Amino acid sequence: MVTTVVDLANAPVEGEAPEVTRKRRVAWLPRSPKMIVGLVLLGLFVILAIIGPWLAPYDPGKIVVSTTQDPSAHHWLGQTQLGQDIWSQLLVGARPTMVVSFLAGAIATILSIVIGITAGYVGGWVDDVLSMIANVFLVLPALPLLIVVGSFLPKGDSANDLLVGGVIALTGWAWGARVLRAQSLSLRNRDFVEAARISGERTWRIIMSEMVPNLVAILAASFLFTVLYAIGTYVALGFLGVLNPAVNWSWGSILFDATQGQAVVSGQWWWYVPPGLCIALLGTSLALINFGIDEFINPRLRAAGLSRKVAQRAGVPRTPQLGFTPVTRRNRAASTTIAEPAAIVEVDR
Amino acid sequence: MVVLLRRLGFYVVTAVIAITLDFFIPHMIPGNPVEAVINSHAGAIPPQAAESLYAQFGINVHEGLWGQYLRYWDNLLHGNLGLSISQYPAQVTTVIHSAIFWTILLVGAATVVSFVLGTTIGTVVAWRRGSWLESVLPVSTFFQAMPYFFLATLLLLFFAQDLQWFPNHGGYEFENTTIGFNGPFLADALHHAILPGVTIIGASLAGWIIGMRNMMVTVADEDYVLLAEAEVLPPRKVIWYAARNAILPSVSSFALALSFVVTGSLLTEIVFSYPGIGDVLYQAVLGEDYPLIQGIFLIITFVVLAANLLADVVYVFLDPRTRQEA
Repeated sequence: MVTTVVDLANAPVEGEAPEVTRKRRVAWLPRSPKMIVGLVLLGLFVILAIIGPWLAPYDPGKIVVSTTQDPSAHHWLGQTQLGQDIWSQLLVGARPTMVVSFLAGAIATILSIVIGITAGYVGGWVDDVLSMIANVFLVLPALPLLIVVGSFLPKGDSANDLLVGGVIALTGWAWGARVLRAQSLSLRNRDFVEAARISGERTWRIIMSEMVPNLVAILAASFLFTVLYAIGTYVALGFLGVLNPAVNWSWGSILFDATQGQAVVSGQWWWYVPPGLCIALLGTSLALINFGIDEFINPRLRAAGLSRKVAQRAGVPRTPQLGFTPVTRRNRAASTTIAEPAAIVEVDR
Repeated sequence: MVVLLRRLGFYVVTAVIAITLDFFIPHMIPGNPVEAVINSHAGAIPPQAAESLYAQFGINVHEGLWGQYLRYWDNLLHGNLGLSISQYPAQVTTVIHSAIFWTILLVGAATVVSFVLGTTIGTVVAWRRGSWLESVLPVSTFFQAMPYFFLATLLLLFFAQDLQWFPNHGGYEFENTTIGFNGPFLADALHHAILPGVTIIGASLAGWIIGMRNMMVTVADEDYVLLAEAEVLPPRKVIWYAARNAILPSVSSFALALSFVVTGSLLTEIVFSYPGIGDVLYQAVLGEDYPLIQGIFLIITFVVLAANLLADVVYVFLDPRTRQEA
């Protein structure tokens, strides 16, 4: 028997009309405005990563003699000191930035599934050893370690997205593993897992088809968090010049060039603001999606996120008179339904 | 006490792993690291420096990998991290020594302010849930996603370049001040530290706010909070009960947060040319100064481990359960 998170979510909640239940079944994700904004933003960046290199009017590395570096009709975002077109660099840079970050997120998530769920499910000394390794990687300062690794890599490898993503993933899996371990510990003794074990399923099969589907929401959150981490790290490595800026066309490398070209001091904001803003927006989109998932995992956060108007309509007292419980126990189910028609998930039932 | 000793043991193991990684990474990369260094500097390396590099990496020395590793430990225990290439013939330890205290003071102060401020704001937002204060959350999400150095650049642009309220680089004025424990110097150093400090606080604040707020909302539904309310305790006291419990995950996630803060403040220092370890690291990367890069990794690791141990002590102090276990 496979019980997915969505199944749990669709379990009828006491005292609710059946039509609401049906409505909920359609889709819970895009109901949250944070989620919608996040998904739309992320979608734009994915499109940019796909078509960006084709849109670029120039070769990002093409060096031309130019009298001015300022933006013009031909060079929308101006030129570097070497006459390279910054707009083209920005468009071309979307792809490596996105590819490396998502690759790193994917590799790290796979690592965290294997290590985290194994540790939580198997237990015993395996758990001790794996948890220990995860904690070590959690405490080690990642960026300095990556700089040590990156500075010894051959220069040409800076453009090798798979290698760079893999190295970043090696430092980014530990958080996800820890969260997944904690959840698998609580899942391990549920009846359906017990049933699978008694019926003689192999361990990896129990992990993959009984445990993982129940961890989808947490996995998604952990994946996005890791991607967010990877973006920051990848950009930082580019910005520091650890990734050779002559072969690496990421947004971080644009910022490295801008720093080297004294862009801030000479007021060339068109050089460093666009890539910086792109990174910030990409990060925000992921954080917003993560927020939506958080609210799905922990319904208390969602009930707390009621706007005043909605809360009033739901009959929740307007002003909190007694400290923390303005949303009283009696009203929570009702208010949740009105604010966002998604179910209450009792993770620990 | 047993808990703390166990944690201490863990940090010692982590330090050993870090040292071992620091030794093995150059040896895992294909090719001869010393040749690569010398080639990339195109003859700019003095012969003695090259010799010390060979000795440091243990190449051309007729020993196995294990012997080299032991020699590396021996050097390390004698406080010898080798010679810097870009600032030859300075010892790596000397170069780091002159920079690390700027970083520790800046990052330490900023982290403490950020933690206290963020936790307080998170508590207030959770307490007044449903009010306009909730709008703090999306705003802080944006700040959380904003890269440190981008925030640093914006602050530099507005407050140092345009308004000229603060100096735009460095950690102190070279002229008219003598470094030391005197009023003018401290005031000047503080003036220089404000923008980098605000950057670190601004970028890390959101994490503490959101973490505390989410935990607070969860804790507020616990029975003991309900009981406290039923006893008609003053709200201040109720908040105190809830906050004491809600703060625990924030303290225990300190390790993870610190890694982010360290990364961010290294970049912040570079933007402001702050004379800390980040700027030294940047110069080391630009100058391909491998011994210095490796040394900085070790030192930062040790400082982070020490900070984590400190967080553990605080945790034991806050959570009586850990003391009972002992």
